[in-house]
Amino acid sequence: MAATDTTVVLKPRPQVVAHSVPRKRLSWIEWVTGTDHKRIGILYLYLTFAFFVIGGVEALLLRVQLGAPDNTFLTPQRYNELFTLHGTTMIFLFIIPVFAGFANYVIPLMIGARDMAFPRVNAWSFWMLLFGGLVLYGSLFFNPPEASWWNFPPLSSVQYSHSGGSDAFIVAIHLIGLSSILGGINFIATIHNMRAPGMGWSRLPLFGWAMLVTSYLVVVASPALTAALLMLLTDRHYGTHFFIPSVPGSGIREGSALLYQHLFWFYSHPAVYIMVLPAFGIVSEVLPVFARKPIFGYKAIAASTVAIAFLGMLVWGHHLFTWPISTIVFAFFMISSMLIAVPTGIKLINWIATLWQGAVEFRVALMFACGLIGTFVIGGISGVMLAMFPVDWVLNDTYFLVAHIHYVLFGGSVFGVFAGLYYWFPKMSGRMLSERLGKASFWTILIGFNVTFLVQHSLGLSGMPRRVYEYPASAGWTGYNLVSTIGSFILSAGIGLTLINVVRSLRHGRVAGPDPWKGNTLEWFTPSPPPANNFDAIPRVRSVEPMQDLRRAIQRDSERVGGEAARETVSA
Amino acid sequence: MPSALRRPDRTQRPSRCARPRLLRSALAARLAAPVALGVLVACAVLVPVASARALLPQPGASPNQSHTDSLYTVALIMGFVVFLAVEIGLIVALARFRARKDQVAAQIRGNTRLETAWTAGAVVLVTVLTVLVFIQLSVIKNPARSGPAGLALAGDAEFAALNQPAPPGGNALRIHVNGQQFVWRYDYPNGASSFETMYVPVNTTVLLDLEASDVAHQWWIPKLGGAIDAIPGYTNHTWFKISKPGVYYGQCALLCGQGHANMVAHVCAVPVDQYQTWVDTQKAAITQANKDVSDERALQTRQGGSAAAPPTAHELQLQLAEPVGPSYIPPGCNVTTAP
Repeated sequence: MAATDTTVVLKPRPQVVAHSVPRKRLSWIEWVTGTDHKRIGILYLYLTFAFFVIGGVEALLLRVQLGAPDNTFLTPQRYNELFTLHGTTMIFLFIIPVFAGFANYVIPLMIGARDMAFPRVNAWSFWMLLFGGLVLYGSLFFNPPEASWWNFPPLSSVQYSHSGGSDAFIVAIHLIGLSSILGGINFIATIHNMRAPGMGWSRLPLFGWAMLVTSYLVVVASPALTAALLMLLTDRHYGTHFFIPSVPGSGIREGSALLYQHLFWFYSHPAVYIMVLPAFGIVSEVLPVFARKPIFGYKAIAASTVAIAFLGMLVWGHHLFTWPISTIVFAFFMISSMLIAVPTGIKLINWIATLWQGAVEFRVALMFACGLIGTFVIGGISGVMLAMFPVDWVLNDTYFLVAHIHYVLFGGSVFGVFAGLYYWFPKMSGRMLSERLGKASFWTILIGFNVTFLVQHSLGLSGMPRRVYEYPASAGWTGYNLVSTIGSFILSAGIGLTLINVVRSLRHGRVAGPDPWKGNTLEWFTPSPPPANNFDAIPRVRSVEPMQDLRRAIQRDSERVGGEAARETVSA
Repeated sequence: MPSALRRPDRTQRPSRCARPRLLRSALAARLAAPVALGVLVACAVLVPVASARALLPQPGASPNQSHTDSLYTVALIMGFVVFLAVEIGLIVALARFRARKDQVAAQIRGNTRLETAWTAGAVVLVTVLTVLVFIQLSVIKNPARSGPAGLALAGDAEFAALNQPAPPGGNALRIHVNGQQFVWRYDYPNGASSFETMYVPVNTTVLLDLEASDVAHQWWIPKLGGAIDAIPGYTNHTWFKISKPGVYYGQCALLCGQGHANMVAHVCAVPVDQYQTWVDTQKAAITQANKDVSDERALQTRQGGSAAAPPTAHELQLQLAEPVGPSYIPPGCNVTTAP
């Protein structure tokens, strides 16, 4: 035989396909009654992104109002309603559930399970979220709540908020809280019990760690909020006085407005970690894939997730530094809050160390993940400053704080959401998002976000309190506010680009194939989108990057087969 | 440099050794211009921003605010160092280790010594900040001694609060502040009261007892120290001491309803004798107004008129309160506005 035959040995591209089943189009009834975790995940994503757009429009209206001094674009009542709806929507109807959406889709695939532990409870969680959202927005036809997303008494008590808006808020959050707690229990059960053979705790993907820890936080903390709101509801309508310091005419002086703050923040501070830990998990998945390098310090990152959650349960008091509480309590909450900077810092540095010496591919998912590192760090630093309680006294409830929460919740969470969207979209839809449009979107969002929120630090330092519907021209806040308003429109344009990208790619995107990124985790083992049963055979997991092991094994096999073939040719 | 951070060994790779280096230098040249431009733009933005105090709180006109200011500044500088370290680390990692032909990612899974080092570094940073807070805490929290030229008032041990020590020397003016939708009311020791504008003597430690009669409010005059909440059912305490006469502007910082944005406060610091005159006049005026009202009520009752009482002086004043900006000079406060 000719010598050329020995050199031309074709190595098959290492690609694993579970199986392929012709997909039929689902009817709407199958969407409504379905319990497949992937379908529910997609429903979550559609719903939460719809709320993201609604919350964004509300934010733009607020920014328009503040763009000029003494503006009369919105009345004080409309302004208060809008920022209440904006905060409630973004926190309870977008950021918290959007990660439930991603996790619903991805977690069973990642850990090699065929569905969530309780599929019907999973569907129940989704529908409760939808109904919660409908209750909140149903109030638009009557009186929307206007006591901010804290909905705190005495302002939210029946004497000062007669309208049903407060009640709509309470019922909506009860439904959403139910959704969240059921979802949390489901994730805990799934991750504890349904991991693939060989996937010990030290081989659980970091997004799995993030969702597990987040779910524990949800289950432990949410009941406090539910209880507080139930007490508020009975205060409003059934004559109790948990939070009302005095009932006029009755001589009762027993309730405490401070009690509500404790209960509320006992949930709502951990909620910040419920909102950022999954985003951190996404970053920990995306970086190693696109840096072509294992995550730096897997154990440190997993442990820091647990540490953040544990400390996160002990810091609620830093929201109460201006309330009448003794100094020693403040000292405790300052120290516990500052300690959170340590595990968070470990994460940030380990991520940079993951990139270091890698071969970094600039895909949009990676850019959003790096955008998270670069912007979240600002929120982290301002967080440490706010944890120093005497400093908090001059910054608390100002625009500095508004900037801080947006650097944490947008710079942290939402950048993570976008990283996850660009990373998993091919898996969910079977099609690629446009990289060009995605990069344009990333840069527009990055610039727009910083233009909007960086100046708000200065705005707060120069004395502008949050939640004011107007300010006089003589206050000297006009310039900063105008910059911020312009930035908010740039930011919206960037988000719009991604939405256009998604809508276009669903139909016209390039076909993705099972593993477009050469991923590390098991979701890339299945076809895109995965069949209803996810896996025909669940592979045994031998490391934290099972897909790399599989790829290597196939490579080895093909080489061996190829080599044998070559030898045979030579011998012949 | 620890071994883990050294660049991957490239010699193992076959041939084409020169190309990646060439490629790398070309990339460096391509990156140099945007990086330089970025640094220039950053300087161009940051320098005027820093000079205009855009990243600092308002200059203090009271010792507690000045001390908080210095604490804030230290935290800002330390934060800025961390910020630069993270951003530079990130940008360098991305620029230097961009995927190129022949680039092989180092398969490193961690380095315990390094990770312990930066964990310890973070612990040291937050410990330093915590210690600084405790060092500064007493001068921020505890009222200062009244100046020798301040208002001479007897010690007020009987009003002393548990969580606020009496100022050294005992000389202090104690004003009771009450937050209500959407105006601040001040009660002075002699029984006088005022709304929206608080009159205080300079060089005198002023102790504030804060309460609220409807919803929660937050007292905040940026130049006179930190914000503090006025909560119905609780009494909260803060203090300030002004050395320079002037008007100090602030507004309610905690959402209190639809008029939240208009719940402004002015602190008018005047020389001691002027304060004395004002507080006496105010007291007399209020006594007179209340007497007029009660006379009127008595007259109406005698004539069998309606039981609806005419508004008191306080209520009248409340109705007149209107939103005004920081450039507003309250009546009777004819001193130059604070810088």
